[in-house]
Amino acid sequence: MAIFKLTVNGKQQQVDVDADTPLLWVLRDSLHLVGTKYGCGMAQCGACTIHMGGNAVRSCILPISAVRQPITTIEGLSANGDHPVQQAWDEVDVPQCGYCQAGQMMTAAAFLKTTPHPTDEQIASAMHGNICRCGAYHRIHEAVKVASQKK
Amino acid sequence: MQTTNDTSRRDFLKWSAFTAGGLVLGFKWADAEASTATVFSSTVAEAEVAMGHYLTVGTNGIVTIFSPNPELGQNIMTSFPMIVAEELDADWKQVKVVQAPLDNRFDRQLTGGSGAVPHSWPLLRKAGATARFMLIAAAAQRWGVPAAECTAEEGFVLHKASGKKLGYGELAEDAGKVPVPATVTLKDRKDFKLIGTAVKNVANKDILTGKPLYGLDFYREGMLYAMIQRPPAFGTKVQSFDATAAKAMPGIIDVVQVKNGVAVVGKSTWQVMKAKKALKITYEKSGNIESTADHDKIFIDLLNNGKATVRRKDGDVEAAFKDAAKVVKAEYQCPFISHSPLEPMNFFAHVKEGSVELVGPCQIPGSARTAVSKLLNIPEDKITLELTRLGGGFGRRLYNDYVVEAAEVSSLIKAPVKVIWSREDDMTGGTYRPAVRYRFEAALDASGNMTGYRLRGVGINSGNPTREHNFPSGAVENLLIESVEHQSPITTGAWRAPITNFLAYAEQSFIDEVAVAAGKDPVQFRLDLFEKAKAKPVGRMDYNVNRMIEVTKKVAERSGWGTKAGVIQGFSVYFSHRSYVAQVAEAVMEKGKPVIKKVYAVADCGQIVNLGGARQQVMGAIVDGMGHALFGKLSFKDGAAEQSNFHNYRLIRMKEIPQVDLHFVDSGFDPTGLGEPALPPTGGAVANAIFKATGKRLYQQPFMDSEVFGGSGKKTF
Ligand code: FES
Ligand code: FES
Repeated sequence: MAIFKLTVNGKQQQVDVDADTPLLWVLRDSLHLVGTKYGCGMAQCGACTIHMGGNAVRSCILPISAVRQPITTIEGLSANGDHPVQQAWDEVDVPQCGYCQAGQMMTAAAFLKTTPHPTDEQIASAMHGNICRCGAYHRIHEAVKVASQKK
Repeated sequence: MQTTNDTSRRDFLKWSAFTAGGLVLGFKWADAEASTATVFSSTVAEAEVAMGHYLTVGTNGIVTIFSPNPELGQNIMTSFPMIVAEELDADWKQVKVVQAPLDNRFDRQLTGGSGAVPHSWPLLRKAGATARFMLIAAAAQRWGVPAAECTAEEGFVLHKASGKKLGYGELAEDAGKVPVPATVTLKDRKDFKLIGTAVKNVANKDILTGKPLYGLDFYREGMLYAMIQRPPAFGTKVQSFDATAAKAMPGIIDVVQVKNGVAVVGKSTWQVMKAKKALKITYEKSGNIESTADHDKIFIDLLNNGKATVRRKDGDVEAAFKDAAKVVKAEYQCPFISHSPLEPMNFFAHVKEGSVELVGPCQIPGSARTAVSKLLNIPEDKITLELTRLGGGFGRRLYNDYVVEAAEVSSLIKAPVKVIWSREDDMTGGTYRPAVRYRFEAALDASGNMTGYRLRGVGINSGNPTREHNFPSGAVENLLIESVEHQSPITTGAWRAPITNFLAYAEQSFIDEVAVAAGKDPVQFRLDLFEKAKAKPVGRMDYNVNRMIEVTKKVAERSGWGTKAGVIQGFSVYFSHRSYVAQVAEAVMEKGKPVIKKVYAVADCGQIVNLGGARQQVMGAIVDGMGHALFGKLSFKDGAAEQSNFHNYRLIRMKEIPQVDLHFVDSGFDPTGLGEPALPPTGGAVANAIFKATGKRLYQQPFMDSEVFGGSGKKTF
């Protein structure tokens, strides 16, 4: 065990965990930020996607010892749950079970920052790495589009 | 759903947390009679807080409706209250929905079989209508006008003649004093304002901001984490284990043997995950050790020599085949698949002196409680179960092994604990869709009419893998349906649209083959059979032929079946869970391989409650059905699953989904099933389109193994 300092959603945090602990479990078990989900633990499903220094990263394979930039999770994506992506997800009424959606939105938010006016193909490619077991892909696709049209 | 107050658990819920007094109505859901409704005063309600099946109209105007059924994405937490609110003429913005805990006074508190809305439809409507009646009566009394002159609208009672108007909140106390009516009049369908519209998921805000909703998110101060190493191979059990290394690892509190394996208990998920890998366990044989290659041989043997159970027999099948001008025969096979809901299995248990607290995601909470009661010998009324939201279910959470495990671990370590399954535990840990193989035979007369039909279904722990009273039963004079089961240590269970999720693909592909052999258009061939079943039905038929015909014609029309030059289409239609869905899949060839670009779907599931949710269910089911038909495969080597996570167990992803054109038929029936019925026909429509595109029949799932996709074409499961 060792002490690690990190910034999560703008807040300084300090945790005492094993150096190989994936950020996912630091967030969930140590900081009780459980919006970031566990789906596979091996970078296959995208449920654990967070932002590190603004980039979408899979927290399930990111050891805490490798975290050097500020972290944003779904809880910190916006102050009032009104990030364009969150708004679009609500408008399009995306969630089924909802379990994958935090990861989907974090992926989409990072993608739209680099690609503000995506084509359908670009959306599908960007979101291809995130599994939705409920099969809500049509609405996820549409919501990314709707979000891209918001300012 | 996070709980904080331990001492209140026996009471389940603090009334005051949900209502500001007012009209508190309890219903006996099991009985559709409104006379069984009871009014509670707030004081009684406070004392009788376990009274779960209720709806309240608070003095603040807020209508609170309990949703008893587990929510796993079928959107029941939105559609149930919609039905109540419709009859109550409530203002939807003022309606609050609360997930109810397990309570004996709820009826059918489970999620499975696409049955919740069909079952509760009349009861929920009566609940709303009763409250509305009482609110109107209270207003009429206050104004001194006849109740018949008053109407209700969006949370208000109106007396249009005098222009008077009172909100439900202002009337709630008085309404509580009105005698409960013995009967109430329900709305006419044409007057529905909320039902049939698209209403957004009531949980959106919480889901989209990452609130702790799911079992895996549940946390209780002082709670420990546990993971269980179960035997990797079915047919083996733990013989002995050495936990020295695991116990020495940081954060590990204890290692205990449980019925299903060896449990590692510790302070955090990651520490427990790591320590589990450090266990040294020796296993011994406890049953047959089977591989997929064995199953392939077993299937052939059962098809040829198995002692079959006759499920249905009409006419003289032998004679029909002897006299046939042509016989078509084919075999179809489907592998085991895993449910893989995205939230892995988990449950919280706190076993105390003579009582148990359970929290987590499960589809049949009542049977989970019974199982825990049996294990610990603690009476059921000393066990509480709070439902969290479920991160998907697909049938996996109908089985309570993981709930029982949590209770067992907690009882052994005498501490509150959450048992968590890793993805690998989940995928290799059983309760799969069974593997099955079907042999179909059809006898055709000289003019291409199907005069005989034979189906033998064999499967691994599959029970009866046929649906003997579904189509084509009823449309063929001479018919024999039988099944044989092989018992295996590999655990199997219901998987979204049990049995029909593979039977429909096989049957609808085969019927297509028969149509081609008869020289007929596949849609027309089925329509002819439906007409025959309508004019001269043979024996019992569980389906309504008219509804089959309607969805078939409609999807043919919408897809331009047979009229679009150069477009490759495959058709399928299926009845399941009381609903009817027809589909046309469109394929194109890209780089020599077929790609499904579009699926037309026409569904008749009776009255739609929430149009948005309904569309979501059908589209999700099509994606799910196509994904598993294309990719789903779990194979076994020496009793152990060969796939363990999403790197070698492929699920459909965004670039692989087809466009969907969806239409609901308004048949005037009450709601029938919706969460499952759109899945079964998809595999058939896709397989039939691929046949048209390539000339190759797909006789096995997953389709990816077929040579049309560059697979070996050999059986690989
Ligand atoms: S949990 Fe990280 S990608 Fe699946
Ligand atoms: S909504 Fe259930 S996994 Fe995506």
